[in-house]
Amino acid sequence: MATVLERVPSSGGFARVARRSYRLVAEVPSIPLLMVAVLAFAAVFAPVLAPHGKLDPVKPTPEQCQAKFGMANCPYVDNVPPFWARGGTFDTPLGTDFLGRDVLSRLMYGAQISLVVALTGTLFAGAIGTLLGVLAGYMGKWWDQVIMRITDAWLTLPSLVFAILLSSVRGPGVWNVVLILALVFWSRYSRAVRGEVLALRERDFVRLAEINGIGKLTIIRRHLIPNVMNTVMVLFSLQVGVAVIIEASLSFLGVGVPPPEPSWGLMMAQERESLMEGKWWLAVFPGICITMLVLSANMLGDWLRVRLDPQLRNR
Amino acid sequence: MRKYILFRALYSVITLWLLVSIVFAMVRLTGDPVKMKGEVGADATYLERIRHDWGLDQPLYRQYANYIGNLLQGDFGHSFEKSLPVRTIYFERLPNSLKLGFAAFVISIVLGVPLGMLSALKVNTWWDNVGKMLALVGLSMPGFFVGMVLIIIFGIELGWLPVLGKGRSAFSWISPSSWLTFWFKDWPHLVMPAFALGWYFSGAMLRITRSGMLDVLGSDYIKLVRLKGVPERMVVAKHALKNSMIPVLTFAGLNLLIMVNVAVVIEVIFNWPGVGQLLYDGLSNRDFPMVQGVVLMSGLMIVVLNFTIDVLYGYVDPRIRLSR
Repeated sequence: MATVLERVPSSGGFARVARRSYRLVAEVPSIPLLMVAVLAFAAVFAPVLAPHGKLDPVKPTPEQCQAKFGMANCPYVDNVPPFWARGGTFDTPLGTDFLGRDVLSRLMYGAQISLVVALTGTLFAGAIGTLLGVLAGYMGKWWDQVIMRITDAWLTLPSLVFAILLSSVRGPGVWNVVLILALVFWSRYSRAVRGEVLALRERDFVRLAEINGIGKLTIIRRHLIPNVMNTVMVLFSLQVGVAVIIEASLSFLGVGVPPPEPSWGLMMAQERESLMEGKWWLAVFPGICITMLVLSANMLGDWLRVRLDPQLRNR
Repeated sequence: MRKYILFRALYSVITLWLLVSIVFAMVRLTGDPVKMKGEVGADATYLERIRHDWGLDQPLYRQYANYIGNLLQGDFGHSFEKSLPVRTIYFERLPNSLKLGFAAFVISIVLGVPLGMLSALKVNTWWDNVGKMLALVGLSMPGFFVGMVLIIIFGIELGWLPVLGKGRSAFSWISPSSWLTFWFKDWPHLVMPAFALGWYFSGAMLRITRSGMLDVLGSDYIKLVRLKGVPERMVVAKHALKNSMIPVLTFAGLNLLIMVNVAVVIEVIFNWPGVGQLLYDGLSNRDFPMVQGVVLMSGLMIVVLNFTIDVLYGYVDPRIRLSR
């Protein structure tokens, strides 16, 4: 029987996989996918694509120096407006910041930081939370009690407040932000995963595995974790957006990514004074980047949730 | 009922104790509060003195006992920067945060609830898509970005609204006349920060109203009411609305407290002197007791609110109070 099925024409392994993955890609909402793709592309190829460096000021032309300082030579020209405004050039399409650095290049390097920090932070949180959730749900008894009581207490504090507390003892630093995100967000996963495991535990395949004398660790690894992955993936995609906002907020408050690095939140904080002088673009561009990234992450997350859970179609 | 309340109270106390212990452990595991106080290359004897002053040179169990003992007496320690008890400073600032939180709360309800209902009543139409899109954008635009855009448009370009501060009205615990007038003065100062803060939560309110309303509209008793020929307007106004509002109001209550506590970035942008700004000052002055005090207070508020919600639910719904 099995051999007959295998010989059905055109359903060879490769063709089938190709067709399935094409369908999956065709189904993904295109707008958020495009936004994420643009940001990821800019982040990955920033060293090649960026017109200028991320930390060094742009070398100004003599005309610019003349216009700004009345001298032929100057180390840098700060606050050059974007290309459409008077005095803007295509050399620095989005202008320069208060230290004469190219805003576009910094935004591109900023995408690196935002993506790496949010993704790794959420990934660690997901790993810790999933593991603890499975343990609580499957082992039951005092494992469940202890883990879930801690989870509940953990969930009490608003995530930003908790993140600020941790950052007050950790200080600024890229990897500190990752650590903080992991420590703050694991509890979201353990709560959801535990509920899922409680239902899975009663299912026949888990029961049969137990009767066959398969060890608890193997059941967790082979039967439980693969089955909670749907939930974890949906949560993951929805948490990435929140993580981006928390990173930006911490950087804005000066305890996230430390200064010379171009984090979007930090760029907004540094340009608060220019805002009052009417140079609105300096704060608005990073804000738009944050919104784009969070918006597309949320849209993809919503799509994934609906796809993986048909009951939610109309929500 | 009494048993249920006792059970919930015990549960809240355990949650609170765990929370307090988590804060204690996390602070000591992930970093060193004293290192934050000393600048790079600070004098070692100076650091030792702070360590001694804060009792951080004692064994852990002793530190823990002191910490819990102090908290039980309502003592959150002394602010390093202002040499006042954290509690005093906190309660001076709290009314400002409450004012901002209430205003943002009203905005989030006024924006979120009607739009969410509209979205649910006209499900899968053009209206619904607009509603869903608004909720999504609301949840994706960070409040501080909204705040900055508002400042640019209404504060700088148009010059309609004041950009910084809370105005001159002040709340004072010792003058009862200010207890009432405080809330109704200096509205122009409040508009922008409240909108920036309420923005995110109105997206959340829209979503929860929509799904709550959809749940109720799909239920059997609404079908029965419709079968009886009650006009659609009455179905919504008289029968669906009340039941769909229960989860919305619970969520709104929790949101109010969260808004009071997470307004940090908004308060920094608008220079609003609430508890969020205390947190920020604590961060930039490396004033650890201040940060810890504000964090613990926000935890306490939320645990108390959760307890209240549980008890109210117990009164309303017998299934909940008998389930344990």
